[in-house]
Amino acid sequence: MSDVAISIENLSKYYRLGSIGNATLYQDLNRWWARVRGRPDPLLRIGEADRGNLGKEGLWALNDVSLEIRAGDVLGIIGHNGAGKSTLLKILSRVTGPTSGQIRVRGRIASLLEVGTGFHPDLTGRENIYLNGAILGMTKAEIRRKFDEIVDFADVEKFIDTPVKRYSSGMYVRLAFAVAAHLEPEILVVDEVLAVGDMAFQEKCIGKMGQVSREGRTVLFVSHNLQSVWSLCRNAVWMDHGKLRASGTAAEVINLYRDSISSRDGVSLQDIKRGGSGRLRVTNMHFRDATGVISDSVACGEPLEITLSYEAADEVDLRQLEAYLHVSNDRHFRLFTLANVFSGDIFDAPPNAGVLRCRVDELPLLPGEYDITVSIRLGVEVVDKFASPLRLVVTEGKYLEGHQAMNRAWGDVLLKHRWIVGKQDDGS
Amino acid sequence: MQPPDNTWTMVIRPQRSWFDLRLDELWAYRDLVMLFVWRDFVAQYKQTILGPLWYLIQPVLTTVTFTLVFGRLAGLSTDGVPDFLFYMAGAVVWSYFSACLTKTANTFTGNAAIFGKVYFPRLAVPVSILFSNLIAFAIQLGLFVAFLAYYMLSGAAVAPTIWLLAMPLLLLLMAGLGLGIGIIVSSLTTRYRDLQFLVAFGAQLLMYATTVIYPLSSVPEKYRWVLVANPMTPVVETFRYAFLGQGTVELLHLAYSAAFALVVLVVGVVLFNRVEQTFMDTV
Repeated sequence: MSDVAISIENLSKYYRLGSIGNATLYQDLNRWWARVRGRPDPLLRIGEADRGNLGKEGLWALNDVSLEIRAGDVLGIIGHNGAGKSTLLKILSRVTGPTSGQIRVRGRIASLLEVGTGFHPDLTGRENIYLNGAILGMTKAEIRRKFDEIVDFADVEKFIDTPVKRYSSGMYVRLAFAVAAHLEPEILVVDEVLAVGDMAFQEKCIGKMGQVSREGRTVLFVSHNLQSVWSLCRNAVWMDHGKLRASGTAAEVINLYRDSISSRDGVSLQDIKRGGSGRLRVTNMHFRDATGVISDSVACGEPLEITLSYEAADEVDLRQLEAYLHVSNDRHFRLFTLANVFSGDIFDAPPNAGVLRCRVDELPLLPGEYDITVSIRLGVEVVDKFASPLRLVVTEGKYLEGHQAMNRAWGDVLLKHRWIVGKQDDGS
Repeated sequence: MQPPDNTWTMVIRPQRSWFDLRLDELWAYRDLVMLFVWRDFVAQYKQTILGPLWYLIQPVLTTVTFTLVFGRLAGLSTDGVPDFLFYMAGAVVWSYFSACLTKTANTFTGNAAIFGKVYFPRLAVPVSILFSNLIAFAIQLGLFVAFLAYYMLSGAAVAPTIWLLAMPLLLLLMAGLGLGIGIIVSSLTTRYRDLQFLVAFGAQLLMYATTVIYPLSSVPEKYRWVLVANPMTPVVETFRYAFLGQGTVELLHLAYSAAFALVVLVVGVVLFNRVEQTFMDTV
């Protein structure tokens, strides 16, 4: 089995919660002295059991995870926040150690948990390339060899002798990623660093990662963006509460993951983070496609219906009910808002427990994933507000009549429009 | 257990043994150490108006202060050596040691941001501090030698001795003591923040318990053991004897300092290595 690049065996990581870091020497001496005399810990609150090192007030960020990653694989790691993805990457990058279990690795690992680690603002771009490269594990000779390539990739030739504190944030990120991208490790570990930078640069980064994997190297990629995991990764694992929930090809795992967050009868809104006063709560949300079937994917140009079930206490007056659906792309850019006050659909006397339905006749979104933030108001009072855990997935479809294939490089939103050609502008 | 498989290049386990220090890894990252040295030097210089001149101004001001306060006002003995040279010798040696100590002492707390994002042998940071302070030390030593030459030409009763050859050893002792104590403190500060405040203050106090501002010979015989128990005293004394021909040099004292340095260094590296593996979860 020499083609396994990373072998993770029964890996667990425990975090103690609470007052770590607030210890003082005095308290520790006190504890130690009590132990010496065989007395109970004097600083424990009454009724609190002596919990030693591992106890209830902690969290298993990783719980008995075993996984083998083959050399040359591009593995996506998906899961909710707090599922243990980042902890796994941290252990792999040796930033922190596991509590039990082990990882065996074949080859050099370079990890990109952050771009620009160790950049010094007062040093020039040139100087920072050397410094950052060395921090990431390159030797001076290696950096010298790659120098031109790095500068070229980052597109900062003109500013290479300017201190990086004068760089625009875009340039800064480009330079930082360029250094990391030229590490040439056998194993590349990437946390969601691609969320920064402009679209063109993101594509360049994804391209670079694809190239790395074609050269037979192993890539581990953590992302919330299912779309980029889909397009970049061959295989994927889904982590949930510190455990491996599923593994397989990227398509299989992503589908399983999607299914879990969008069950057939909509998505659970039980445990999500909410804002607003709470006088009204949305209890269920789902999408319906052209055929009226509940689904989380809708084709471009087809009808879409978004349904919100809500409940409010009987005495709440809902006459000024306003519902807003903010739609953003996967780079958190808000594209448009659907609201009953915009469409002119004012509700006279909505029931105190009911269903709001918002219908778009032809969905003008390009294929991809979109986030929706729901906000419900009663006049000026926000009563409920949350980011939908359910993402809207738009698939290929026909909205415009042209033959040119459309993709996200053209933007996110389509508009119906016409072109005319003539000898002069006759205003018709 | 599986049979050992030698094709793995790295194994990540919960906790390495106390003595698995991985110093070879530090060697592999020597370019990083040198780049850190260079960064500290360049960055420090970039933020100031006077730039590297500060390396000269600092010891001169310290020496002038010592000369005025301890030499003129307090009238402490300098064993017949010109005040200025006597205090400068002490100040130059002390400032290297104390800079190594206080700067390595906040390795973990000062670099938490980098340490949290990327792995490299953490010892690279304190070791690079030794080297970057060496630059300052070399400049200050040069200045001291210039003053020494001036005084010798104007006929002061000072003369370097054969002990000059012991300079490399003295340097090793200073660096070893500074680094050893520094990384012990640094390892403990991850848990006890109080130490951070103590260390700068403690270094100051320790100076008065070292023969920086007075010669060992001026101390009554029965209290001398207190000063000799301080491992920096033999270093300062030998340094003065080497350059000025004044001071108490005893091989036994130097051997004691060397043993002390070795012990703190070993304890420091082991402790540092231990903390390095877990501290990201506690800061």
